[in-house]
Amino acid sequence: MTSRNTSGGTADGEASDPETGWRLTRTQVLRDSMGVAVATGAYGISFGAIALAGGLNLWQTMALSLLMFTGASQFGLVAVLAGGGVPLAGAATAIMLGARNALYGLRLSEILRVGGLRRVLTAQLVIDESTAMSIGRDTDRAARLGFYATGVGVFVLWNIGTLIGAVGASWLSDPRALGLDAAAPAAFLALLAPRLRGRERWALALVAASVAVLAVPLVPVGVPVLLAGLVGAIAGLIPRRTASGRAERTAPTDPEPDPRPESR
Amino acid sequence: MTVWIGIAVGCLGCYLLKLAGLSVPQGVLERPAVHRIAALLPVVLLAALIAVQTFSDGQSLVIDARAAGLAVAGVAVWRRWPFLVVVALAAVTTALVRQVVPGS
Repeated sequence: MTSRNTSGGTADGEASDPETGWRLTRTQVLRDSMGVAVATGAYGISFGAIALAGGLNLWQTMALSLLMFTGASQFGLVAVLAGGGVPLAGAATAIMLGARNALYGLRLSEILRVGGLRRVLTAQLVIDESTAMSIGRDTDRAARLGFYATGVGVFVLWNIGTLIGAVGASWLSDPRALGLDAAAPAAFLALLAPRLRGRERWALALVAASVAVLAVPLVPVGVPVLLAGLVGAIAGLIPRRTASGRAERTAPTDPEPDPRPESR
Repeated sequence: MTVWIGIAVGCLGCYLLKLAGLSVPQGVLERPAVHRIAALLPVVLLAALIAVQTFSDGQSLVIDARAAGLAVAGVAVWRRWPFLVVVALAAVTTALVRQVVPGS
């Protein structure tokens, strides 16, 4: 389902000695996870810079990376606030963008099998990257390692990256002069591109963008994006009868990670 | 202050969604419509954010230097260039257009 599992999956199945096999798998999984974490950390730099350029202060920016810790939602909240939207519209946008994490958790719960305090802590690590590096592994042991190594690695480097970007941007007198207000839509474009699989998604994206733009003069700032969310919800409610609809239902619900092009 | 409220609500909501996924019994969210909506929401929201952030200024629609930045970003994404390159090219392009066309 995701291309990044192709290299690491087979090692422990083929080795004759299970411990040697596990060591090979572990090395591979850890290497993959660190690659993802480094790439995501680099992308955290752009989040830190864009958040500051959008008007948040350093503490607010760091609070998002530490406590929200799901990239697209963080960018979404910053975007709505930067445009002058009310904070609750920003929060609503962020929450809708984070809805997919619930479905990742649903898939991960049978692999991770955590309860109590461990579940409370583990939940924060349920993001695109940790899910993608976990599901599809050959064994639950490798899947758990992939999840935690990626989740913890991304958490640490994403927050370091955010701090670097935010501090760097706070030294700039006018972020607009450097074009940083155009960096956010470019970041969204890079997030959107891997999700545009198939004609239906392209069409839906164009409709959503059109609805949002047409609504800009008519409704308060921040609301156009929420209207686009409504478009998506309605489209999702329309039952599918085709074979591709069934395939989408049984597919693991778009575990498409935030892009990490450096590792590809 | 209200910004902090938005941050707090957003963080809490996003966390509870993560926790809910690990906590609810299998089957509760196993409805096709739920899966489809969760898969489609990022598509529509990201598309809308791109359009609004590029072509609006408050409540007015504008075409300015950001459109050039987005166009260059589009080429970079299509060429599968790294994320930071995409973002940096968009910013640099926008800044250059502003140098050439004051007020854009």
